[in-house]
Amino acid sequence: MSDNQKSGVVGGNYRWVGNNTRRPDGVDKVTGRARYGDDMVLPGMLHMRMLRSPHAHARILSIDTSDAEAMKGVKAVVTHKDVPDHPPAKPPFGPAVSDFHDLSRNIMAREKVLYDGHAVAAVAATTESIAKRAVRKIKVEYEILPHVLDPYEAAQAGAPILHEHQFTLGLEPKPKEPSNLFRTLGGEQGNLEQGFENSDLVIEREFSSQPVHQGYIEPLACVASSSEDGAVELWTSTQGHFVARTLLSRLLNLDMSKFRVTASEIGGGFGGKTTIYHEPAAILLSMKTGRPVRSVMTRGEVLRATGPTVGSVCRIKIGAKKDGTLVAADAEIWYQAGAFKGGPVARATDSFFSPYKIPNARTACHDVCVNRPKAAAYRAPGAPMATWAAEAVINELATEFGLDPVEMRLKNAVKEGDTSLMGTKHGRIGCIEVLEAAKNHPHYNAPLKKNQGRGFALGYWLHGGGLSSASANLLDDGTLTLALGTPDIGGSRSSMRAMAAEELGIDIELVKPAVVDTASLGYNHLTAGSRTTYATGMAVVNATREIIEKLCSLAAFKWEISVEEVRWDSGEALPADKYAGKLKPFSLKQLAKMAPGTVGPIAGHSEINAKGAGASFCAQISDIEIDPETGGTSPVRHTVILDAGRAISPDYVEGQMQGGAVQGIGWALNEEYIYDDNGRLLNTGFLDYRMPVASDVPMIDTLIVEVPNPKHPYGVRGVGEPPLVPAPAAVAIAVENAIGRRMGDLPMSPPKVLAAMDAQKLAAE
Amino acid sequence: MTTMHEITLKVNGADYACEVEGRLTLADFLRHQINLTGTHLGCEHGVCGACTVLVNGKTARGCLMLAVQADEAEITTVEGLAVNGELNDLQQAFMEHHALQCGFCTPGMLMTLTELLEENPHPKEQDVREAISGNICRCTGYQGIVAAALAVAEQRDC
Repeated sequence: MSDNQKSGVVGGNYRWVGNNTRRPDGVDKVTGRARYGDDMVLPGMLHMRMLRSPHAHARILSIDTSDAEAMKGVKAVVTHKDVPDHPPAKPPFGPAVSDFHDLSRNIMAREKVLYDGHAVAAVAATTESIAKRAVRKIKVEYEILPHVLDPYEAAQAGAPILHEHQFTLGLEPKPKEPSNLFRTLGGEQGNLEQGFENSDLVIEREFSSQPVHQGYIEPLACVASSSEDGAVELWTSTQGHFVARTLLSRLLNLDMSKFRVTASEIGGGFGGKTTIYHEPAAILLSMKTGRPVRSVMTRGEVLRATGPTVGSVCRIKIGAKKDGTLVAADAEIWYQAGAFKGGPVARATDSFFSPYKIPNARTACHDVCVNRPKAAAYRAPGAPMATWAAEAVINELATEFGLDPVEMRLKNAVKEGDTSLMGTKHGRIGCIEVLEAAKNHPHYNAPLKKNQGRGFALGYWLHGGGLSSASANLLDDGTLTLALGTPDIGGSRSSMRAMAAEELGIDIELVKPAVVDTASLGYNHLTAGSRTTYATGMAVVNATREIIEKLCSLAAFKWEISVEEVRWDSGEALPADKYAGKLKPFSLKQLAKMAPGTVGPIAGHSEINAKGAGASFCAQISDIEIDPETGGTSPVRHTVILDAGRAISPDYVEGQMQGGAVQGIGWALNEEYIYDDNGRLLNTGFLDYRMPVASDVPMIDTLIVEVPNPKHPYGVRGVGEPPLVPAPAAVAIAVENAIGRRMGDLPMSPPKVLAAMDAQKLAAE
Repeated sequence: MTTMHEITLKVNGADYACEVEGRLTLADFLRHQINLTGTHLGCEHGVCGACTVLVNGKTARGCLMLAVQADEAEITTVEGLAVNGELNDLQQAFMEHHALQCGFCTPGMLMTLTELLEENPHPKEQDVREAISGNICRCTGYQGIVAAALAVAEQRDC
């Protein structure tokens, strides 16, 4: 059914890479056989439930667990007293903040509760219903404190303070008063003042947005089992079981080697499953009871107590020449880090203006604590709201100058050799190719109907590389197992298998990929940052190339020639040079059979720190129709154009593009966290936290552009995150264009759209 | 003391006679009492549709129905779709049309579409979208799912 297309600088003729293949996880997932977090059962298993704070901000005066502990069927209760404490982390802090003082308090409140839903105690009982009842018998005395939810308000003097020990970093002299503002990151180049003076037009706007949740359908679930010798086995739904091991080992002061963490099949994550939440409590309860402990969060717990992405308040100002040249740009954004520092401010600084060359530019991104759950990564964390602000203003400039928005962007587009505001020097990138593809797409100039508006936005994402390990084992029958350590969240088993089969030159069905536990492989960083197909893919290519080397050696040994005189091609060892054509080639299958009786088992492995992931660009065109009676919004057409470098498995890449676009539609139009005056979350279920369903969205057109990344053996760039970066922007811009008025506040829900239309009518009269 | 209730029912063609607590949901019964964990729980309040099963041929939310209400019923879960070890056409189409990524919503989607294709063998795109509008998928943007259902309808016509 796919009328989706590809364009760009495509090269290479491959058998598996770049082709759609049968999915390796398909049968298990359509038969119900795939085992997710909640599908693990161990003998003697207990059930855990958590007591959570009903207050946004309160001091814990006392916790009395005696009545709960006395209940029949209750085996243990844990509170902060059971969680090792850690001193606050000291500067310098990297782009990502790691602080075990914070983590220990986020997984179990210590001195204070800092948000509605904050964990206070956990109970393990023989049944879930006993555990639930026991939780209600825990008595907690609170002293309620004033709370703050808005990041801009929270950063002002006089706001309720969440952490008395937190003083804004980087200020000289050190401030006397603690602050919710943890730090400000940013960059500056050129001369802003002069830049704005030299501009023909300067547009300044404000934007704001609410936190939105990743909305994975599988709630967090884990089973922990500890033994008398201190060993801990953990089964959990996570985007990084090696990372979970590191965090748990440091948090609980246990040797890393004592942990064996297995990643379950994962029912979505989108960044939300990149840290730990209930796992420490489950492990502590297992240690106390000597029995396995299972925890499965409810949807309400997932929404109240696991990290959504940050909400934001943003001010932006961009100046340009009449011909469309961008001259100066200044942006400032306040991000709600939630109860603990660590909002994605580094990514925001990198996202505002990176698609463009702007000689005079500045960004300032504030990381602000508020009484909400600690924000977690959500697909391109930090990027979409910064992108929205910049793209909306650039479109307005184009309109004012009478320029085509894509032409204006092309005039300023970054290319190889340019350096971003944050110091990234670009290699071969596809910004221009993506813009050209958008301009030439039939959607771009298609006519609009009444009450419809079109939005265009371009997004930038700098992909991650980092630590990955893989091992490949050739079996006697000529089949291959691939051991991977990055949980497969968007189809990595398929792309790994394609690359391995391509390298070896064998049928793809002979390769069986599996995600293995932490005791079975070298370290792997998260499946996040769109890094897996890039970094783990490189490790897989290395591991299979090691197998090829060994097979060539075996053939050389058999032929009694030197290994330099053997080459590998299409699944066979061939004699080369003076022996070319003179000896009968050995197939991989023949060599695999010979191996046990000669050189022994044949395996390859690779452990790498992958560099050079580089940037990619994604453009989106969104058409939104407004119902003038209700302010309701309907996406009627949506196109995603993405530079994938090379699409290893095109159908999976299209799936990422479509899924990301629909998440962006939800973010722009419906999704938001709604709190009452006491700071309690009101919409704690999918009924009120409304994510797009099939009837809300149109078919999403995709166009894969391929500008291969020269740093990867197959040219891969990540594809997970870019599709969300410009999506809310394109949709929000389309709504504003449809009603002919600025709104600037997400989500653009019907009441807000209706109010904006009324205001527009009044203004017209 | 919890009162137990006896129920007899057919699940995927097999007979069961079980004692259940009155408050046990059908989804928990399927998952925990007879170990059919293909039926997934995403929200436990009837919105996400991951726990959708067929009760006497009609879709029902496993999380909104009690096991005792399924007494004497015939239930089909995702585990009952493949016949004699062969995937059925809808399961095949889900694989071929990339109708799943993480796969967590997949069982519910399959059950909802099984009902749709029974009731309306020639659905239009909009019919498919309406039919699955009670099932949330956060990964795919729904495109592959809609494509799979339309492909099956066309195939069955031939």
